[in-house]
Amino acid sequence: MIDWAHFTPWTSLAGGVLIGAAAAMLLLLNGKIAGISGILGGLLRPSAGDIGWRVAFIAGLVAAPLLYQLAAPLPAVQIDAGTALLIVAGLLVGVGTRYGSGCTSGHGVCGLSRLSPRSMVATAAFMTAGFVTVFVVRHLIN
Amino acid sequence: MQLLMALFAGLVFGLGLIVSGMTDPSKVTGFLDLAGAWDPSLAFVMGGAIGVGLIAFRFARTRSQAMLGGPMQLPAARQIDRRLVLGGLTFGVGWGLAGYCPGPALASLSTGGSKPLIFTVAMLVGMAIFEIQDRLSQSPAKKTA
Repeated sequence: MIDWAHFTPWTSLAGGVLIGAAAAMLLLLNGKIAGISGILGGLLRPSAGDIGWRVAFIAGLVAAPLLYQLAAPLPAVQIDAGTALLIVAGLLVGVGTRYGSGCTSGHGVCGLSRLSPRSMVATAAFMTAGFVTVFVVRHLIN
Repeated sequence: MQLLMALFAGLVFGLGLIVSGMTDPSKVTGFLDLAGAWDPSLAFVMGGAIGVGLIAFRFARTRSQAMLGGPMQLPAARQIDRRLVLGGLTFGVGWGLAGYCPGPALASLSTGGSKPLIFTVAMLVGMAIFEIQDRLSQSPAKKTA
């Protein structure tokens, strides 16, 4: 059953186009893949000349809501997870994205845009695990 | 110039995450909840991003140099192995548990209070654990074994 009350096709599509445009810029201008886990994780394996662009990109990402606030109030968010769950989830996301060489942006956006079979498999894996996890938490446990 | 453009790309990426709804974990889990009240919005985020991405990557294949200089650094790995699938599955479980993936967590840090911060610190610890494990498993002693 579709949740029409929360369905936002147009703003989500517009946001997606912005994400795609940002990935296109980083790719064509800087020659880099806009994979957030890879950009962040690469800082834990620093090599000369490969640090500045990572820090600059992440600084932009972190500053984005501050810029957004200048134009409009930030959209309301709801975070259901408590501290313990956030820690477990963060650990799994950190280990998993590095072990699997990418996340929603690197595999899901850039990899699928490249038509990379490797990214298609990775995206199928994390989407499936996400669907199953939410099913288990919402419909089997609660 | 390269740094400035990377900063700008990060800003646009973050604005896209906010506009799209990805920075709201309840919207993400609403998308992942196929059996409940399903919010298909995130499929439109992917559609919009990949629509632009397809054109960009097609164009990128015709170039050997980035426009601001330096090589085009496209991933070289091609093998589909256990590591890729297990990593993806692990990430997906964490994504489903909290509704955060790496980008939206970072794009919530400066304004979102303690929750995105806790998630991000745990995520960095997870990345560091991988880093240590990966270096140990690639130590010369094991390589020859």
